[in-house]
Amino acid sequence: MSKISGAQALIQALEHEGVDVMFGVPGGAILPAYDPLLDSPIRHVLARHEQGAGHMAEGYAWATGRVGVCIATSGPGATNLVTPLADALIDSVPVVAITGQVPTSSVGNDAFQEAYTVGITMPATKHNYFVTNAAEISDTVHEAFHIASTGRPGPVLIDIPKDILNAQTEWRIPAELNLPGYKPTSEGHPRRIREAIEMIAAAERPVLYVGGGAIKANAAEEVRRFAELSGVPVTTTLMGRGAFPDSHPLSMGMPGMHGTYTAITAIQKADVLVSVGARFDDRVTGNPKFFAPHARVIHIDVDPAEIGKVRVPEIPIVGDARRVLLQLIEAWGERETPDRSAWQDTIRTWQRNHPLRYEQRPDGPIKPQFVVEELYRITGGDATVVSGVGQHQMWASQFWKFENPRRWINSGGLGTMGFAVPAAIGAKTGMPDDLVYAIDGDGCFQMTFQELITAATDNIPVKIAVMNNGVHGMVTQWQRLFYNGRYSGSQLGNKVDYVKLAEALGCAGLRAETPDEVAPTIEKSLAINDRPVVVEFVVDPEEMVFPMVPAGGSNDDVILGPSERIISPASDLP
Amino acid sequence: MNHTLSVLVEDKPGVLARVSSLLARRGFNIHSLAVGPSHEEGMSKMTIVVDAPELEQVKKQLHKLINVVKITELDPTLSLEREIMLVRVSAAPGRRSEILEIASIFKAISVDVGQNSICFQVTGDPAKINDFLDLVRPYGIIDLVKSGRVAISRDVKGKQSRLRAVN
Repeated sequence: MSKISGAQALIQALEHEGVDVMFGVPGGAILPAYDPLLDSPIRHVLARHEQGAGHMAEGYAWATGRVGVCIATSGPGATNLVTPLADALIDSVPVVAITGQVPTSSVGNDAFQEAYTVGITMPATKHNYFVTNAAEISDTVHEAFHIASTGRPGPVLIDIPKDILNAQTEWRIPAELNLPGYKPTSEGHPRRIREAIEMIAAAERPVLYVGGGAIKANAAEEVRRFAELSGVPVTTTLMGRGAFPDSHPLSMGMPGMHGTYTAITAIQKADVLVSVGARFDDRVTGNPKFFAPHARVIHIDVDPAEIGKVRVPEIPIVGDARRVLLQLIEAWGERETPDRSAWQDTIRTWQRNHPLRYEQRPDGPIKPQFVVEELYRITGGDATVVSGVGQHQMWASQFWKFENPRRWINSGGLGTMGFAVPAAIGAKTGMPDDLVYAIDGDGCFQMTFQELITAATDNIPVKIAVMNNGVHGMVTQWQRLFYNGRYSGSQLGNKVDYVKLAEALGCAGLRAETPDEVAPTIEKSLAINDRPVVVEFVVDPEEMVFPMVPAGGSNDDVILGPSERIISPASDLP
Repeated sequence: MNHTLSVLVEDKPGVLARVSSLLARRGFNIHSLAVGPSHEEGMSKMTIVVDAPELEQVKKQLHKLINVVKITELDPTLSLEREIMLVRVSAAPGRRSEILEIASIFKAISVDVGQNSICFQVTGDPAKINDFLDLVRPYGIIDLVKSGRVAISRDVKGKQSRLRAVN
């Protein structure tokens, strides 16, 4: 057998896993791996910052359902990946990160660009590896992809010293997996399935509470089938948007801190709450003591540690969301769909009386919600929407009508500002025929916009709507509501000319400053497809996100608009 | 409340760091942790005494570690717990014999005798070790080191009634 280098084995192993693109930044320790990359069919997208590379891998994974791959050098290259790894861990995004490390003989000597990558990333990954022998590379890569993509998906990092990349080895097909401690459960327990069916069938006010796990498990079809069979109204969390069509008569929209009045209230009144791939996050529950106080809970999750972590369920079901829903559909069998007209009428009344609302005056400043609605109308909803974190994220989630999974990509658990631009680039790379439209805030945009150089250079024509209100909007909103309007450190100012900035980065730049400019500007942005487009919408800095349940409050106390008096609950919750 | 876990882990570099860092980051206190080879090739056995109000989350979080193969919670009434302690007690020549008398009751072995001190090795369950310590403390403890606790479950097949009698 002919000898190859560890680096060649690495690239070959990645090809073997079906990798078609990697996002990365080269550097000293990882240099050997970049050389065989030139001869490989794997595309390399040169990010301008490793954080960008990590979020691109996440965006790719979100959009395609496949494992996203990023690559960086030792030391600062690896530490810059920590944020996207932590983001991918908490949002269950399958990512494999490859990092170079200083040569084995220098490890522990404070060598140039040395950081203890495995130690630093241990709590930010599902698992990580330090490779000490070039012969282990193909097995390690194979294990990493398996772990990243199965069970509850997540990020896996492989740290490889430079001398191991340079060492001579032989290529071999990865051996069979030997992971005695890793056996994710995919099928739900049959007795629990039967109990769940009985409980759901007998419920008077049931709610299906569907989270990101349903997207990760590709369970959207099964969610719809089961909801229709059982006649149970559905709420989709920020991570689960698109797992159930917003246009469906059973859809109630998003629950939680900025959810719809109907979804929040339906959960508060529910007698049975069926959680599918959701984890009772504090942004959904508010103070968990007061969450769904009348509900018996059926908790379906692939991660046993999520069950009982926040709320002890009456019926725990460990398993893959799709498989468990298929079991539930089968167990439902020929039963009639229960008559839930009273419950559905109540829900419709709430929907009618408390819709999401905002007011766009024709001569007033642009309302950000109006931009989202116009984007939706003009694209016909046929776009992948990517957002950062904050007010714009909430408005995008509230006012876009999600019909399909994997068309809504954002940072939920970690709340990583700056996620949108690189994640959009990753999504567009994975799904080049899809329109990818990021809805970003100016605060987020300013954290990672340098990645637009990547998009322009590598011909990845994403579109970025920047909601420019000149402030960190959500921080400003909280300061206004809970800190007597003392805007400490949250005002960005208006010094940036986004049109010029976009052009300087090799993109097209557009701007809309009045409501009547919104639609034509969006039309213009859709006509430009030979380079990325940045569209600045100068929006009303006074606008706040409602409904709102203040952090740590009870979901019984939904604040519907700015005219209501808001008292911040004394709370130790985030 | 203290719970004793017997955890079978793959013998891979960093596994101790993974376990201890996970317990720390999830806010569980490690009272004691001992690790060594197990009877299975390539596997190590950890005995972890953890202070947590509720053990279910500890077990579930530990299970998420790829290198953790099996977790058993040891019921103190159905398992054996042992520690080893080396303790150097101040012992002027005139008091040696009374200290040695206490030691013999506890089957403590004097492993090093100096001009003014004796070093004892004591093994046994944690209560016995603490009792010995209480008795020699008045003489003056110069140095002390304890191993982490190790524990193993009893073979209780057919012994239920006898065990109940013992306890």
